[in-house]
Amino acid sequence: MEESVAENRPLRILIADDSDSDRLILKTLLKRLGHRVFDAANGLEAVALFRDTTPDIVLLDALMPRMDGMEAARQIKSLAGERMVPLIFLTSLSEASALARCLEAGGDDFLSKPYNRVIIEAKINAFNRMRLMHQTLSDQRDIIRERNRQLLEEQEVAKRVFDNVAHTGCLDAANIRYHASPLSIFNGDVLFASPRPAGGMLIFIGDFTGHGLPAAIGAMPVAEIFYGMASKGFNGADVLREINQKLKRILPTGMFCCGAMIEADFKLNQLQIWNGGLPDGWLIRSTGEPEILPSRHLPLGIRSPEQFDAEMDTIGAVPGDRLLMMTDGVLESGNAAGEVFGEAGILRALESSESAQHPFDAVIDGVQRFTGSQGDADDLTLCSLEMVDEAGFSVLPDRVPPSALAGPTEWRCIYEVRERTLGDFSPLPLLLHICMEVPGLRRKSGEIYTLLAELYNNALEHGVLELPSEWKHTSDGFDRYYEERRRRLGRIEGHFIRFSLHHSMKPSGGRLRVICEDSGPGFDFHNHPVLVSGDKPRVAARYAGRGLLLLKRLSESVTFHHQGNHVEIVYDWHFPGAVSEREAAVQS
Amino acid sequence: MPIQTRRGEDGQTLIISIEGRFDFSTHQAFRDAYEHGDQAIRYYIVDLSGTTYLDSSALGMLLLLRDYAGGDSARITIENCNNDVRRILTISNFEQLFAIR
Repeated sequence: MEESVAENRPLRILIADDSDSDRLILKTLLKRLGHRVFDAANGLEAVALFRDTTPDIVLLDALMPRMDGMEAARQIKSLAGERMVPLIFLTSLSEASALARCLEAGGDDFLSKPYNRVIIEAKINAFNRMRLMHQTLSDQRDIIRERNRQLLEEQEVAKRVFDNVAHTGCLDAANIRYHASPLSIFNGDVLFASPRPAGGMLIFIGDFTGHGLPAAIGAMPVAEIFYGMASKGFNGADVLREINQKLKRILPTGMFCCGAMIEADFKLNQLQIWNGGLPDGWLIRSTGEPEILPSRHLPLGIRSPEQFDAEMDTIGAVPGDRLLMMTDGVLESGNAAGEVFGEAGILRALESSESAQHPFDAVIDGVQRFTGSQGDADDLTLCSLEMVDEAGFSVLPDRVPPSALAGPTEWRCIYEVRERTLGDFSPLPLLLHICMEVPGLRRKSGEIYTLLAELYNNALEHGVLELPSEWKHTSDGFDRYYEERRRRLGRIEGHFIRFSLHHSMKPSGGRLRVICEDSGPGFDFHNHPVLVSGDKPRVAARYAGRGLLLLKRLSESVTFHHQGNHVEIVYDWHFPGAVSEREAAVQS
Repeated sequence: MPIQTRRGEDGQTLIISIEGRFDFSTHQAFRDAYEHGDQAIRYYIVDLSGTTYLDSSALGMLLLLRDYAGGDSARITIENCNNDVRRILTISNFEQLFAIR
């Protein structure tokens, strides 16, 4: 409706003709049609009048003194800029090349003299329709442009919110390299990394189906779950189960998240990997040999919690080994010929790279060479993790306790895990959580977790399951160890592990006593090399030297009771300023 | 039509064939293919012999069909995939949810 109203409204028409009589005739004619007319006697006047009156349509005589119609047309068109102002030449010229020059100068059509009222009216109406259509198009273009600008701005803000949630981790650690486009979150890609309280790292790389807002919204709870659980010491499988359950509940059927969880343990020199729907991962050994880590699971958010399989594959990996994981954007990178990079591209990039080149760079270079663009790898996420020597590697910053006085200080708790629960539940996050209620212990979360984990794992693996630790010293034995661990966990009977935690205050800080008892047969701690003397340890049946040395180094004392299945450690913490003998010894 | 449906000889099987690209553009057509089906249908066959490409939104659509057909009790067979299509189904481990032949 608006257009038809606009179409019928009087137009502002500029006419220019040096013949007074012709000009009067035309002016009278147009006025009678209901339009408002501005008239000029030459080109110069016409340009000035155009500037002042901004008419809708211009009618120009081709031949005029002072400035001819051609030059006036050029100037008027340039003044009009993006606005469409139909410009019609009034001419008695009939020579083809002269008429062509009029159009080249910016004219849209001609009207030949003498004037014909019907033709003039028809042409003015036709050009007015064109003008209105152009106006509508440019208005719509402006709206779209504005909306798009708003959308990008909103995405920028949303991204900053997301960054505050997602990038609290350790993606900037020296042994992690990654490429994720600045707004990749709106492509549905996520990448998180977190240090684990016990040392090592947890990394999650994911790819939601779909793009834009729905994908980004799904990413938020995943980030919260990942960082929340990882910092409390939950392992990769626990985090996966939680993410899957959450996504299953909140995502509509048909939307899901392909992803991979990587749990790196630099102490045990092992990687645990779960790949559900992402392209093959690559483990490049320090020798250059590649190993493929295929997707063995359904993506997250499809299976119900009971059916979900969170079991991770365990692989031995030594310092210098590098793991590459990617989203399918890497494989789907296309070139001008419409081909995709694909798995063949990855293989080519890795094989052709020089030995000194990092596989991460090799793949990024490969994609860029293939697509023929520099730094345009926009829709893809690629991440590499390098195994490192645990000694001298720290990603967890010491946090300052808010106050040493608040929180529980005098307490005792006993927690016993029994029977089958030993096989499918880890009490460590819970125990750590209890200890972290004490502000003085909170900044020591890494040490506390390590103490609890060493005690628990020794009690479980060597006490309850009676697995010999020396198996882990060869790679065959390593596999056998975990195979056997899985098997024995499945048929636990008549066993328990009991933790007794006791915290009390001392003048200079606090003391945590942890007693870990298990139902295993124990071991001959009287003759254990580490316990008998401070010498370099040899392999022992129950406590491999390293674990026990670690307990001794971190705590004030380690004591064995009964037949060796009852361990007590004492851990002291101090108010800021007060330094313990142990800490002084470590620092010097 | 990129998506065609026909009834199997047993009268209880709905066969859905997809020609060309199976991606978000076929979303509505794919839903229409099974949502107006009658009560007699107990088995579904998704025939991908003419499918050249399948993306993650197609995987989502297959999950929607599975939900519609009874979730865990759905009886759906995916047939005649070319290598590329088969590869995508394998990466996503969809053989755990569908019979793939």
